[in-house]
Amino acid sequence: MFKGQTYAGDSFYEFLSKDHPDLLPKWAGTNWTEISFMHGTTVLAIVCKDGVLMAGDRLATEGHAVGTRDLEKVFRIDEACMMAIAGAAGPAVEMVRMFQLELEHFEKLDGQPLTFEGKANRLSFLLRQNLPAAMQGLVVMPIFAGYDHDKGRGRIYKFDITGGRFREADYYATGSGGKDARGSLKKVLRHEDLSRAEVIEAAVEALLDAADEDRATGGIDVVRGIFPTTKIATRSGVEDVADDELRRVYEGIIARRRGRE
Amino acid sequence: MSTPFYVSPEQWYQDKAEYARKGIARGKPIVALEYDTGIVIMAENRSATLRKIAEIYDRIAFGGVGKLDEYENLRKAGVRYADMRGYSFSREDVAGKSLANEYSTVLGSVFTREMKSLEVEILVVEIHDRGSAFYQIRYDGSMTDSTHYASIGGDGDKLLDVIRGGWSAGMPLRDAARLGRRALAGSGNGAAIDDLDERNLEIAILDRMRRGRTFKRIGAEESRSLLSG
Repeated sequence: MFKGQTYAGDSFYEFLSKDHPDLLPKWAGTNWTEISFMHGTTVLAIVCKDGVLMAGDRLATEGHAVGTRDLEKVFRIDEACMMAIAGAAGPAVEMVRMFQLELEHFEKLDGQPLTFEGKANRLSFLLRQNLPAAMQGLVVMPIFAGYDHDKGRGRIYKFDITGGRFREADYYATGSGGKDARGSLKKVLRHEDLSRAEVIEAAVEALLDAADEDRATGGIDVVRGIFPTTKIATRSGVEDVADDELRRVYEGIIARRRGRE
Repeated sequence: MSTPFYVSPEQWYQDKAEYARKGIARGKPIVALEYDTGIVIMAENRSATLRKIAEIYDRIAFGGVGKLDEYENLRKAGVRYADMRGYSFSREDVAGKSLANEYSTVLGSVFTREMKSLEVEILVVEIHDRGSAFYQIRYDGSMTDSTHYASIGGDGDKLLDVIRGGWSAGMPLRDAARLGRRALAGSGNGAAIDDLDERNLEIAILDRMRRGRTFKRIGAEESRSLLSG
């Protein structure tokens, strides 16, 4: 209809690849493993009573140096969903942007949003498109979580670089400190019963544990006022947890740990 | 081989214009007017699933009257255009004016080049930080813009007379919606005002108080409370 438009489907990514291929990034073809990139990270998602929480540290490293101290790695995707990223920062942030647009585009063209399952599937698709770049070192490892209105609860999906999509019932964490955060979260029982305050505390504690063990995960920086990005998706939408609240939770944990020592 | 008849360009365009006008005149109108924090867009629509009003982008909405498949295609082209611009530049760089220009170009070139002109009229509305913009694009690509309120389809003069008589700057949504209903009812081939209720009115708003995507459909329940009393 408009000049240059030949694609007639509902996918924004496919529309761009057909009609505006020059707008899409072309990362494949170079061996990026030799070049240092922002990498290490810890991001996590925990199911709780009202939905699901997602949190991530703020540090981006370039080799052994600090790249950025206050990078956001947890994003609100739409009214009900969030996405957290680990891996190469450039392609990861680009994938978030494309994913947001993909869902919004579909919703506008089709007149209704995709189901939770459908959204997760679209992210798999975008990851598959990134596979050539991932093979050359630009790996993106997302977590997708949100409130599923059809099922009436919070849900988490993890992915591998080939776009493989796996459901997690209670919690998941990824990135260089992901294993440590998972170890911390493993000790939390009955995640689906956690109240808002409890789930925030579990998240902060897990991120502190990850930062303690992993040099590429940022801790909480009270001097600069840098706190983990923390969001909760519930029936009523995606809400940011304020820095003040995180500071109180952090101080509580520290006081308790001091008492223990 | 048959000899083609000669048809003068004037006759050719007149026929096409008449054909398009007839097609559009059968449809029900759409009206859009400002209220204190945004724009309300309303249409008589007996279908709960086939829409005449839709979201294009953060601050831009679309209305189409005439042939459904034609304005639906134009709407989708508009969404693709806006999303592509927003992706390659920034969300703030997607403007109603350039979208309206695109529509004007498409409708104009179809009208001059194709056998059959498109039997549609398009309304593009946009809210700004202060004020708003309304663009009406006709089947032949001609475009007009107006301030505060606009309509497409139906008997435009009659409809705008009603709005002009009742509209005032800074009126609340409730008053604007009721005025819109009165205008739709008074526009000739529309229904009587008592028959225009939440079941056959399609209502949507662009509201400055919403962040990001400001477009919102007003559901049946909300419409009822908006129009009652």
